[in-house]
Amino acid sequence: MAHAAGCGSCYVFDTYERTKVESNRDPDLSSHDNETPHLPPPSLWPIGFAVGIACVLTGIVVSTIVAVVGAVVTLVFGFLWIRDVTRPVRTPAAPVEPERREERAVIEAGDDEPAAYPRSAFLSGATLGLGAVIGGLITVPVLGFAVLPSFTNQEEQDVELGPIDEFPESEFVIATYLENPEIGEVSRRTMFIRNNGRTDDGVPSFTMLYSRCAHLGCPVQPNGLIDEEGAKTIGPQDTRLIPVLLTGFGCPCHGGQYDTEGNRTAGPPVRALDRAEFSIKNGNLVLGKFFSVAEVEGAGARARIYKYGRSVPGVHVDGPSSWLYPIEVPQ
Amino acid sequence: MSVAAPSRKKPSRSQQIANVALYPLDWLEERSGLVGGVRYFLFRKVPRDTSWFHTLGSATLTAFLVQAITGVVLAFYYKPDPESAYESVQFITNDLTLGWLVRGMHKWGASVFIILMFFHMARVFLFGAYKYPRELNWIIGVLLLALGMLEGFTGYLLPWDQTAYWATVVGINLNGTAPVLGPFLAQFLSGGAEIGQDTLSKFYALHMLAIPGAIFALIGLHLYLVIRLGVTSPPWSEEAAGRHRGEARDSGRGRRGLVRPGGRGSANGD
Repeated sequence: MAHAAGCGSCYVFDTYERTKVESNRDPDLSSHDNETPHLPPPSLWPIGFAVGIACVLTGIVVSTIVAVVGAVVTLVFGFLWIRDVTRPVRTPAAPVEPERREERAVIEAGDDEPAAYPRSAFLSGATLGLGAVIGGLITVPVLGFAVLPSFTNQEEQDVELGPIDEFPESEFVIATYLENPEIGEVSRRTMFIRNNGRTDDGVPSFTMLYSRCAHLGCPVQPNGLIDEEGAKTIGPQDTRLIPVLLTGFGCPCHGGQYDTEGNRTAGPPVRALDRAEFSIKNGNLVLGKFFSVAEVEGAGARARIYKYGRSVPGVHVDGPSSWLYPIEVPQ
Repeated sequence: MSVAAPSRKKPSRSQQIANVALYPLDWLEERSGLVGGVRYFLFRKVPRDTSWFHTLGSATLTAFLVQAITGVVLAFYYKPDPESAYESVQFITNDLTLGWLVRGMHKWGASVFIILMFFHMARVFLFGAYKYPRELNWIIGVLLLALGMLEGFTGYLLPWDQTAYWATVVGINLNGTAPVLGPFLAQFLSGGAEIGQDTLSKFYALHMLAIPGAIFALIGLHLYLVIRLGVTSPPWSEEAAGRHRGEARDSGRGRRGLVRPGGRGSANGD
């Protein structure tokens, strides 16, 4: 056909003026049609690779052996795939005849020093380098300020929850308090606290469940009767203590259910409810550091609590799924 | 945009009036070339068979501009502070003259913006308009979609009511479940282990400074590429791109109407 006699890799965007825009692509690639085969030809390696990945994922859930086999399959097929794909790139480039310049030869013949570094190259390099240094001097502190405050100085101050006498034995009390009274209601937190009496060693024992759901962080509610009339407000942190008779906890957002020890009984949560450490100062119950719990065996003062560092909701703290979160967030 | 060439004949009255009226434009054109650029943008060639489907991109842009303008006006009165955010939104809605209208435009316009983005994306996908040489424009469009969703996420917290608060708690914790860096992202977003006093102002800054700036810049790139690469004909077009009128029907090769580079058929020798 006559109308396109120009170049094979030209693309016409303006159908009226027929202005041509040159494409820098290899004409073999850009003028590809359905008749000429792909080079390199399609291979089966990606399928083996995908099977390997599937084995790894299945193996993480089912058994370690399957996962290891899957990993080996993945690595082998991945290697073969990469080798296959990069073959055209790895073939040595055609030798290029070096450019010769007579004048350069004359200068070099004049004195033995190596070829001069051109002034223009030095100037453009210096401009780029100085620009990078100045940009870095500004960017690094700004980025640090944007990110670091969320991860430093996060220690929470201890909260006094009131005299131990306010916590009847073997019954839950809802304790809501302002973590930081200066910033107000946005820092209001809720704990479910049960006085377990004393352990076998004679140490006072409290079950301190944090109301944040282990699924996605909604506020867990007690399944039971809340005695609003028995509520008391004490202390500088606006702490309210409300007695409650409950059989467990439920989350209004996505239906997660927990028993009285905070173990998951139904729904989407991935672990038990978080807990807090406690101490007793001058007869007052004092809230300590929060921690995450995989599960709880037994109950009350004899409970065996599988304790981990505080973690975000929705994240496993034990088992293979916890390997997805190898770095602990500083608190 | 031409100033009348100097001639001995006295220009006619209408010519004089036109010269006076066009003088500011000529002044601008001579010093910036902007008028020619706008003319090029407005009168560039597009395929003959463009349809209403091709207006979805402009509709999305309009929706974004509505969001930008109403957002600026809302920022006159909104207070991004846990103590007063909720009250300031109530004040805008109930007390300020026409405040309910501007807030309503911003709130419902947000959904319109997202919906139009999806329609526009569907149009581009179904028309095959993402193919060579327009891949980069598709990539920029995907970034714009992600930024639009981020606008939705950060804006949802600002009314600071129970829905906003707990939806954001869930949203942040969803981010927290991403492998490896997810917990860091969650803690960065909430400014600590839990949502606190800094979360609201952080979301506000992202919502009205960082993300809209990025969206404006990417829309500029998006439009530049649209103008540079031209508009795609619809897939049912009888006329393949890159051919003179009347030439499309005689090619006799390939699927008629597909958008193909000019001269491709002949380069393969038929």
